[in-house]
Amino acid sequence: MSNEPQTQIYDSTAPSTEDRDARMGTGVDARMNSKLREAFGSSPFILTKFDQFMNWVRGSSMFMLQFGIACCSIEMIHTYAIKHDLDRFGAGVPRASPRQADVIIVPGTIVSKFGPRMKRVYDQMPEPKFVIGMGSCTISGGPFQEGYNVVKGAEEIIPVDIHVPGCPPRPEALIYGVAKLQERIANGESSPVTVKPYELEQFGDLPKDELVQKLADQIDEDDLVMRYNWADSP
Amino acid sequence: MSTGLDLPADASLEVTDDQLEALVGDRALARDDHKNAPGFVIRPDDVQDVLFDLRDQAGFDYLSCVTGQQYADRYESVYHLKKYDDPTQEVSIVVPTSTDDPVSQTAAPVYDAANWAERENFDLVGIDYEGHPDPRRILLPETWQGHPLSLDYNQEKPQVVTLAEHANPLQADQKDSETDTMFLNIGPHHPATHGVLHVKAVLDGETVVDVDPDIGYLHRCEEQMCQQGTYRHQIMPYPDRWDYVSAGLLNEWAYARAVEDLADIEVPEYAQVIRTMGAELCRIAAHMLALGTFALDVFGDFTAVFQYAFRDREVVQDILEDLTGQRLMFNYFRLGGVAWDLPEPREEFFAKTRDFLDDLPQKVSEYEDLIVTNEIFQVRCVDTGILEPEVAKSYGATGPTARGSGVDMDLRRDDPYGYYEHLDWDVITEDGMDNYSRVLVRMGEVEESAKIIEQCVDLLEDWPEDEREIQSNVPRTLKPPADTEVYRGVEAAKGELGIYIRSDGTDKPGRFKIRSPCFHNLSTLPEMTEGEYIPDLIASLGSLDIVLGEVDR
Repeated sequence: MSNEPQTQIYDSTAPSTEDRDARMGTGVDARMNSKLREAFGSSPFILTKFDQFMNWVRGSSMFMLQFGIACCSIEMIHTYAIKHDLDRFGAGVPRASPRQADVIIVPGTIVSKFGPRMKRVYDQMPEPKFVIGMGSCTISGGPFQEGYNVVKGAEEIIPVDIHVPGCPPRPEALIYGVAKLQERIANGESSPVTVKPYELEQFGDLPKDELVQKLADQIDEDDLVMRYNWADSP
Repeated sequence: MSTGLDLPADASLEVTDDQLEALVGDRALARDDHKNAPGFVIRPDDVQDVLFDLRDQAGFDYLSCVTGQQYADRYESVYHLKKYDDPTQEVSIVVPTSTDDPVSQTAAPVYDAANWAERENFDLVGIDYEGHPDPRRILLPETWQGHPLSLDYNQEKPQVVTLAEHANPLQADQKDSETDTMFLNIGPHHPATHGVLHVKAVLDGETVVDVDPDIGYLHRCEEQMCQQGTYRHQIMPYPDRWDYVSAGLLNEWAYARAVEDLADIEVPEYAQVIRTMGAELCRIAAHMLALGTFALDVFGDFTAVFQYAFRDREVVQDILEDLTGQRLMFNYFRLGGVAWDLPEPREEFFAKTRDFLDDLPQKVSEYEDLIVTNEIFQVRCVDTGILEPEVAKSYGATGPTARGSGVDMDLRRDDPYGYYEHLDWDVITEDGMDNYSRVLVRMGEVEESAKIIEQCVDLLEDWPEDEREIQSNVPRTLKPPADTEVYRGVEAAKGELGIYIRSDGTDKPGRFKIRSPCFHNLSTLPEMTEGEYIPDLIASLGSLDIVLGEVDR
């Protein structure tokens, strides 16, 4: 090639649409066909309720929150990773931000310092949202139930849809829990959001008992706090 | 204070009991020997004086653990000192303080490791350390009432915990107008913190000016749980849950070793070989996770290295499941042995293990191609996160973190237990002191562990059938004599995992203290990252390979 600019075009400039038409042929491309498509026959439409359709979509494409707490998170990563591959069930890509997630798996022990943070993360997720409690700790506190610092189950703070027991549950068990959740979502079910024993409140709204008066000079009236009433815990 | 003694100039040389007694001199109020080490009782205002002498004149450069505990009539801090050159040389310094006014001099000027350790004792036990540079709670929330491991603590009392709104770094009040620094929160829910760690960072542009790791988001009262359990069976499940990255057997060994020394229990040789093999399988699994997540942190490799690491972990977990019956929380060790023999048919188990070992070299070279020789990886890791050996020693760093800085200490070799001393393997050290060296150490250790496993499999295969004793005689109810104290460490995946137990004559420990390697390794983070760029902070944090279950306990 010389360095001179090209001044002439020798070949046809007709667009290559002819080739494309020839390639597509008529009707549905055989490679794109499926048994389901065949069953629909010549009219590829179905009639369903919008709600049902939406629930099916929600269950079939769940964005999980990337949320590791304790031991169970190791088995949770194994569930996401090679071999168990949660992605096969349409629930495989963990999201780092709660604002992009539909499902939060709570994989571990909730302690007093983390309770308010978990509540905040849960609050940041957009509706509709679902919770899977993974492992004994999220059911009752598990092996650490008697600890001075341990919240006796995630349900004390946030509503939980599915409990997966085990210490830790095997990846298969978690997959089963996810499948069960999908089933519930497809049926339009979710756990009711009720007032929980431990809620975030403004410090000024707490009853002025001995403890609150003692902390009054440490905490601002407007600060959000969580008050743990250990004596009444189950 | 100079004692004019003839102490060995070379730090690794043995300091005799008499020399120690002369060195502490009349500052020793009494002797309080522990099972593992000579102990001296000193006054609370002599702490720095005595520790400086022991460090500078007798070569005790490693503050392994600081135990705090309350007796009916006093509080007590115990400083467990060792030497990096020879960790079998130990001495305990016992500092009693009165119940009414538990104030003791801080050891932080002598050992940086004392900083966090004493904060923990203040938090959980309630001992005040005079002159401590940072007297705050460390594990429990700032607003917590009472000290939960003190004797008069009432667990039923309500507590209030704040959710301090995590400040938005872009808001005007988070910027100091004069210096133009910015405050940045990382965690407690953040993919790069490997769990629930909260790092408070102050940035000047992209440079880290100040780092303050805020831990305690997974403080599950492990010490309380162990103090409530009986020695024989109720404690063993908990160690699995400290370092939960498949390192269960390594942790169980720490507990087993401490109690076996406390109660003088023998372990049959055959069981020791099984233990050694299982523990090294755990080490491989733990280091694989460290490699995979570190590649994810440093160059976002979720597809290749991360998945490969998990593929290999699955293989190891399969073998361990065959051996112990569990994938992650093994609960396989027993005091004086292991729970059961190798699974039948044994040939199948050996073949499976050998298959894994045969495939390993090829996998390791694959990792080398993907990670170690990767240019992006090298740019991120070489010469970042520098940890000088002297600094590492002062903070009590152990394991791959210390060995990546050229500190040649490995309890498997230096304070032998199990079957390690009869096997042929090497301790891996690197002199680079950076993130890269720490990764190289872990990769090297995977290969060494494979060597150990192979030798163990050879031994087990040829073991005569009538000598396969997996458990020695241990009384059904174990009651070690009252006031026996022992501190014992083993080389866990992250470093020295030590346990201090004081028996009180019952079948439950009077005090159970866990010395966590991750806790001390994490305390080096400010040293590694201040003055570096913020991305290097993430790389350095990843290279420390912390597990929050073990940091917070």
